[in-house]
Amino acid sequence: MTDAAFTNTPARTQGKAVTVALRWLLYVLLIAFALFYLAPLFVMVTTSLKSLEEIRTGDLIALPREVTFDAWATAWSGACTGIQCEGVRPYFWNSVLIAVPAVLISTLIGAINGYVVAQWQFRGANVFFALLLFGCFIPFQVVLLPMARMLGLMGIAGTIPGLIFVHVVYGLGFTTLFFRNYYVSIPSELVKAAKVDGAGFFRIFWSIFLPLSLPIIVVTVIWQFTQIWNDFLFGVSFSQAGTQPVTVALNNIVNSTTGVKEYNVDMAAAIIAALPTLIVYVIAGKYFIRGLTAGSVKG
Amino acid sequence: MQFLERNLPKIMLAPSFLAVLIFVYGFIAWTGWVSLTRSRLLPRYDIEGFIQYERLFDSPRWDTAFGNLFLFGALFIGISMILGLVLAIFLDQNIRAEGAIRTIYLYPMALSMIVTGTAWKWILNPGLGLEAMVRRWGFEDFRFDWLVNSDMAIYTIVLAAIWQSSGFVMALFLAGLRSVDGEIIKAAQIDGIPTWRIYSAIIIPSMAPIFLSAFIVLAHLAIKSFDLVIALTGGGPGFATDLPATYMFSMAFSRGDIGQAASSAMVMMGVVFAIVVPYLYSELRAKND
Repeated sequence: MTDAAFTNTPARTQGKAVTVALRWLLYVLLIAFALFYLAPLFVMVTTSLKSLEEIRTGDLIALPREVTFDAWATAWSGACTGIQCEGVRPYFWNSVLIAVPAVLISTLIGAINGYVVAQWQFRGANVFFALLLFGCFIPFQVVLLPMARMLGLMGIAGTIPGLIFVHVVYGLGFTTLFFRNYYVSIPSELVKAAKVDGAGFFRIFWSIFLPLSLPIIVVTVIWQFTQIWNDFLFGVSFSQAGTQPVTVALNNIVNSTTGVKEYNVDMAAAIIAALPTLIVYVIAGKYFIRGLTAGSVKG
Repeated sequence: MQFLERNLPKIMLAPSFLAVLIFVYGFIAWTGWVSLTRSRLLPRYDIEGFIQYERLFDSPRWDTAFGNLFLFGALFIGISMILGLVLAIFLDQNIRAEGAIRTIYLYPMALSMIVTGTAWKWILNPGLGLEAMVRRWGFEDFRFDWLVNSDMAIYTIVLAAIWQSSGFVMALFLAGLRSVDGEIIKAAQIDGIPTWRIYSAIIIPSMAPIFLSAFIVLAHLAIKSFDLVIALTGGGPGFATDLPATYMFSMAFSRGDIGQAASSAMVMMGVVFAIVVPYLYSELRAKND
């Protein structure tokens, strides 16, 4: 048996050739799909670096004959979103002003909620968790109308604090879920022992749980940042001219009907809007994927 | 003080509890209530029955939108699942540079649907995009005008949505493939069972829960699809690519028809309910067992 296995009979060589051919086919297919996923990004980047003249006369996938950053400059500070022509810059900063506080607040509250639900069980805590969990799944259309009125009543309609509020409220489900699932694996004896030693609710959170939480904090922050930065529905429903996030501004630039259609500016604006989440993905892809799978799989 | 300390967990949870009760369940109730009234530009609160739902299902525009949801949903979910599974199995064959390839397949998930829509709108526009390019290569009769063709436009949304989400399904399935017990696979290999049989008879059946999760996530994405339609087709040509989400938005914010907006939102809610509740129920039950 041992000897025969290592002799190259014709049948064996043929089998080997098939295996090699299959492997090649496999790589060809994998690369073809990689091209499919990369193509739109490639087209966006090359288009954004071409002049309008070149776009009209050249190929969609051709490299720019002459690289120009004019479209980027226009997209950043001159493109028109309707009647105003300030580019995406002010809206980019709006998105930052919305996303940063909303991410921090929803992560902090989620951490405390998760800590309570996982470690301080009391009657009703599970009901709360189930209600919250279901809240993650509702289509937001069902809350748009009453929320618009509520923001009006609260006096924060069309403002950045209003958008922060909305993102915090509807982000709580996921942030609580993340922390709860993480903390539930920490043995409850730890809390009991700490209580015997006289440590209170916050002390235990602060000196035992928080130091263990870095991975889940990273996952939660990335998840929330991606969700909030990429949000369009809340942005378009609850903002007004000066407070729109960058996704809304991008859509307005692309669909603005005044003047010549500047495809290169559209593409540059799209890349600018995508850049923050893309950078996060490239730097912390591992955590990004963990958030995606945790957020969608674990119930 | 003692009382405070003992009830601190409850006190800390209370604001979130209240927020969820009001902003999720209270708001759903409000929308449900208004969907039973004759509200137009302003909400009215005297219940009149199901007139809004009757109007909804009499409306050809809603007909298209609701039909599109199922057409789009079926194609998007089906193709994303198949593609995701195939790519995951391909990547599971000891591929060189697996990490890099995975990164490429998954990056669209980090983009806003508005960005995705903008990019595909440019690529698919017949005047200067793909169609023009292939024509310039010498195929004068080449036609690829789905974006502006009311019968085909919905498929451009399917295409862009698959581009955005299939990498994510791949990641889910790849994690699933890797979690299958290696011993069983090794035993099967020693027994000389061909690879495709190992996949179809051992590995894939053991991943049933992942198929379910992927389905739930994709179904949820499909029902919520709003940004992509707005950015890619704006619901057009005409109303050809309307989805319930865009219908609701247009009733609420441009048509000033709150009754229609509320009733269409409730129907969306019902669809989500029908899919998610059995899933959550089985998940929570499994956990308690």
